[in-house]
Amino acid sequence: MNPIPTQPVERAPRHAGQARGSGYLADRLFEWLTRFFASLVLFTLLAILVSLVVTSAPSLKAFGFSFLWSDDWDPVQDKYGALIPVYGTLVSSFVALLIAVPISFGIAVFLTEMSPPWLKRPLGTAIELLAAIPSIIYGMWGLFSFAPLFSRTLQPFLIETLGKIPFAGQLFQGPPLGIGLLTASIILAIMVIPFISSVMRDVFELVPAVLKESAYGLGATTWEVVWRVVLPYTRAGVVGGVMLGLGRALGETMAVTFVIGNTQHLSPSLLAPGNSIASSLANEFAEAVGDLYTSALIELGLLLFIITTIVLAMAKLMLLRMGQREGTRS
Amino acid sequence: MSHSEVFNLSSIAPEVRIAIRNLNFYYGRFHALKNVTMDIQTNKVTAFIGPSGCGKSTLLRTFNRLHELYPSNRTTGQILLDGKNVLDRREDPTLLRARVGMVFQKPTPFPMSIYENIAFGVRLYEKLTSVEMDERVEWALSKAALWPEVKDKLRQSGNGLSGGQQQRLCIARCIAIKPEVILLDEPCSALDPISTAHIEELVHDLKSDYTVVMVTHNMQQAARVSDYTAYMYLGELIEFDETDQIFTKPNQKATEDYITGKFG
Repeated sequence: MNPIPTQPVERAPRHAGQARGSGYLADRLFEWLTRFFASLVLFTLLAILVSLVVTSAPSLKAFGFSFLWSDDWDPVQDKYGALIPVYGTLVSSFVALLIAVPISFGIAVFLTEMSPPWLKRPLGTAIELLAAIPSIIYGMWGLFSFAPLFSRTLQPFLIETLGKIPFAGQLFQGPPLGIGLLTASIILAIMVIPFISSVMRDVFELVPAVLKESAYGLGATTWEVVWRVVLPYTRAGVVGGVMLGLGRALGETMAVTFVIGNTQHLSPSLLAPGNSIASSLANEFAEAVGDLYTSALIELGLLLFIITTIVLAMAKLMLLRMGQREGTRS
Repeated sequence: MSHSEVFNLSSIAPEVRIAIRNLNFYYGRFHALKNVTMDIQTNKVTAFIGPSGCGKSTLLRTFNRLHELYPSNRTTGQILLDGKNVLDRREDPTLLRARVGMVFQKPTPFPMSIYENIAFGVRLYEKLTSVEMDERVEWALSKAALWPEVKDKLRQSGNGLSGGQQQRLCIARCIAIKPEVILLDEPCSALDPISTAHIEELVHDLKSDYTVVMVTHNMQQAARVSDYTAYMYLGELIEFDETDQIFTKPNQKATEDYITGKFG
């Protein structure tokens, strides 16, 4: 072994604030700059909320809470209620997730656990490209290609089979129009799949190989490894991905406007046309005359904002609860 | 398979649990194990030593076919467990893994409670009543010398335990499905000396019921706990003998150089 060198190390002389002075100042400046940008987010959020409340004041005053459960939407008599668009937004987004989450899960599991390496990249890229398609193209495709096909094939089938079931059958009754809530849900599902599946894939890839190997080493099958180990390990990320998808589905405007039917009519059937908050706004803003009409529309926007906030808050609560159930973490 | 590669079963002594015959291993094009042939004795601790990259972990991972998770890995030759070739593609790897359990370098508790960590593997193979499962969990944790420390917090996450406790949890998880062979891949490399001593004691106790094969970087550890030691270098088995023999008068110069620290 070499002896440790005993020569003294030469150091530059240091005095307080000498050479590093300007760097320190710049660092402080940078700190304040980042603080400013971060608070800008909060300020914007607050400003949007305030302006929504202020501009919807006439409608808030005229209808109060009855705006939430009234299914009136009558511009002629200046009577407005949010029930139909709120119902349409919630139901179409919920059904979209019902379709999209299992499919996205399958895609992510295939990409991370089963896909041969040469297929991983092209397939992953293709899924990401789905997300890059503008929503108006989904809308046009939905209206001109998907809806006619849907009304000829799947819809009559659903009416004939599921429609005959007592109670639940009500969801699948009525004429096969092609457009309607279910059509909107399916288009939405296709639109959110790339978001949910790419988040799921990314978080599944973060699972340490040795953790999966130890589950395989116990004799678990791929399904058991994914379901019992990978999914619990990535829970927070998966919920985040689903919420990202839900957020997009709730606010999606163009594609939904094309296929949802845009009727102010409440029907128990998913096959019937309906309306959503975002598509009401897109359709009616141009023709809204009178303060009350405009402010009712803005109140709809406020409701959408609140719904999205509640959904996000519920997701956070859910994660918190699940974390508690699992017990303390190191 | 040519006829000469098929070994006469009667050539394997009865106390041999795993017989490795002309095993070659390839990571893609890289030839990682070269014609390894050795016999691993029942109810003994066998240690694999050698410098990093010599193939000792690779060899260990073929015993329960874990290498098959990665499609570019390939083997030729045979690994006979009780006379049956485990590398046979027609055999179900999950059943093999119930007989050949494994513990890894880093502790890998599953993201669930301590109780569920043990019950997870058991449920894959057996349908137990909740009373039987409770008994099994207690038995496995006791066997792994962890029961007194965790008996009051079975419902808490396995991630809350210390590193040494987590590793014993992983050993308990492995024992719980009652394997015949336990593979330990550097089980103490992430642990402090006290936890290491715990695990070494445990390994010593385990061999009365199990055949233990361990990979270690620590030669003192191999000398302390193993009955047989294999020295590997660049994918070849250089020397394999009783541990006393290897550490006192090895046959090969290369082995002697490695264990005396002149090399490696």
